[in-house]
Amino acid sequence: MRRCSAIIFATLTMLAATAPIAAQSPAFGVGRPPSPEEIRDLGSAIAPDGTGLPEGSGTVAAGREVFAAQCARCHGPRAQGDVGPILVGGQGSLATARPLKTVGSFWPYATTLWDYINRAMPFDKPGLLKPSEVYAVAAYILNLNGIIGDNDIMDAKTLPKVKMPNRDGFVSDPRPDVGPKPNNPK
Amino acid sequence: MKQSKRTNRRQLLRLGAAAIGGGLLGQHKAEAVETAGKLGIPLGPYGERSPYEKAVRWTRQSKTPETGSSFTPLADSVGTLTPSSLHYERHHSGIPTIDPAQHRLIIHGMVDRPLSLSVADIKRLPSISRTMVLECGGNSGSEWAATTGPDVQRSFGLVSCSEWTGVSLALLLKEVGVGPGASWVIAEGADACRMMRSVPLAKAMDDALIAYGQNGEALRPAQGYPLRLLLPGWEGNTNVKWLHSLRLTNQPYMARDETAKYSDLMPDGKARIFTYRMESKSVITFPSGGQTLPGPGLYELTGLAWSGSGKIERVEITTDGGKSWVTAQLQEPRLPNAFTRFRLTWRFDGREAVIASRATDETGYVQPSREELIAVRGTNSGYHFNGMKFWKVHPDGTVTNAEV
Repeated sequence: MRRCSAIIFATLTMLAATAPIAAQSPAFGVGRPPSPEEIRDLGSAIAPDGTGLPEGSGTVAAGREVFAAQCARCHGPRAQGDVGPILVGGQGSLATARPLKTVGSFWPYATTLWDYINRAMPFDKPGLLKPSEVYAVAAYILNLNGIIGDNDIMDAKTLPKVKMPNRDGFVSDPRPDVGPKPNNPK
Repeated sequence: MKQSKRTNRRQLLRLGAAAIGGGLLGQHKAEAVETAGKLGIPLGPYGERSPYEKAVRWTRQSKTPETGSSFTPLADSVGTLTPSSLHYERHHSGIPTIDPAQHRLIIHGMVDRPLSLSVADIKRLPSISRTMVLECGGNSGSEWAATTGPDVQRSFGLVSCSEWTGVSLALLLKEVGVGPGASWVIAEGADACRMMRSVPLAKAMDDALIAYGQNGEALRPAQGYPLRLLLPGWEGNTNVKWLHSLRLTNQPYMARDETAKYSDLMPDGKARIFTYRMESKSVITFPSGGQTLPGPGLYELTGLAWSGSGKIERVEITTDGGKSWVTAQLQEPRLPNAFTRFRLTWRFDGREAVIASRATDETGYVQPSREELIAVRGTNSGYHFNGMKFWKVHPDGTVTNAEV
């Protein structure tokens, strides 16, 4: 075991000595650059500042139709929950004995809604909805929660600007928070 | 011959029944008589356990069976490793069937040289093996409301320990060259919902692995075949399975599974976010809920302890409901983030005993009681329950969940 480590260390030292730019260039040279198709096929991932949001737009009215066709059979016609979770209500409940965590009461970013509908919904056919349909469904759910108006339009510019009611409801991890103070916390 | 064997078996069974009430001993003796001198079955290409072994995962009822969880039968486990076939599962949109020859891991975003790697490419790189626990962030979540879990499987079974083999993620990140300003790695799986989590770059550069092996063979499909992320000590959900994308960014992506889920709601209505680490925890697996001791006498009380912060330093056991504690013997080697098996020889004197274990890890952190946890976090935080679990051994030898 110790001998193995010594050999590895010696080899690494040699590599470092013979390759002074090792930190800047690939040491092993495996793999190849991804093709544009490979990157595209990965699909979208959306940052809270809107990075990654595609073109397209959706209205509350359009979202009501897409929701009825694709979402209501699990989430209920007014997103009140069924097989799928409830998506509306619960604002003001988080500090009570029976908190109701929904998009409206709990989710801190509207971009997360677009990202999750796009990547994971409908449950049995993720990726089915086109970008404008995702914007529309997001608009409808935000409207049901009273977060945007009936005539608001969601797109790559407006969606990241939506101020979610629980945007400031998250705090960083303070653990260890219980018991005697550890002598060497990690 | 045959006649005499049958007679022997009947006699043995009767003797066994008289001696220990028809337990396993009688059956084993009878089997030994029947198999000796009789050809067994031929060899096979991939092993199966004995048909007499019945331990299985318990799957929680789900309206959508593709999203759900199955629990490791910890009370049936021995030693410190979980068989791959009994590893707990938590999936969000089913288990994909992936051809490893078609699978690629793409490292992109804020990097100098984006890379598309095949599984074969990754296997060319220096490998690392590490024995470590994976524990679901929601393990023991039902214990927040009340410690009602009837047995160790259903209350603590979303945890398993394997030897994992793969490649250092730091090595791969040096291959691509981390770009200036990059501070997060967004990991995404190739399952139906492309499950995504944000991982701080510091963790990715510290001890993260891209694993292709589990317990001496390829990952099981349910564990991310052909590639998964492994973040030692961190909640299971961050160890993204079926890994196909690592995107370097300057911000966390606030994925649904790190905001709406896997965040811990406190009594003041604020939720803790990015609660990655699994803190020190232990549970007695024998005697535990649902088991029965055949009678008074000496027993080896045993269980498992683990910590996301390093090695287990000490495990204490109470048999009087927490009034007094004795130190258990720990099985060596104690590996960081891995299961540590503890043992204590204990005499059951036929009187009611309320037993529990508490673990201390190398940082000095002591596993708390449920009461200590809820005093700080309330009962709605959902995740990261690591309180002690008490079992009640009744005078008749039955063991149940104990409310202390």
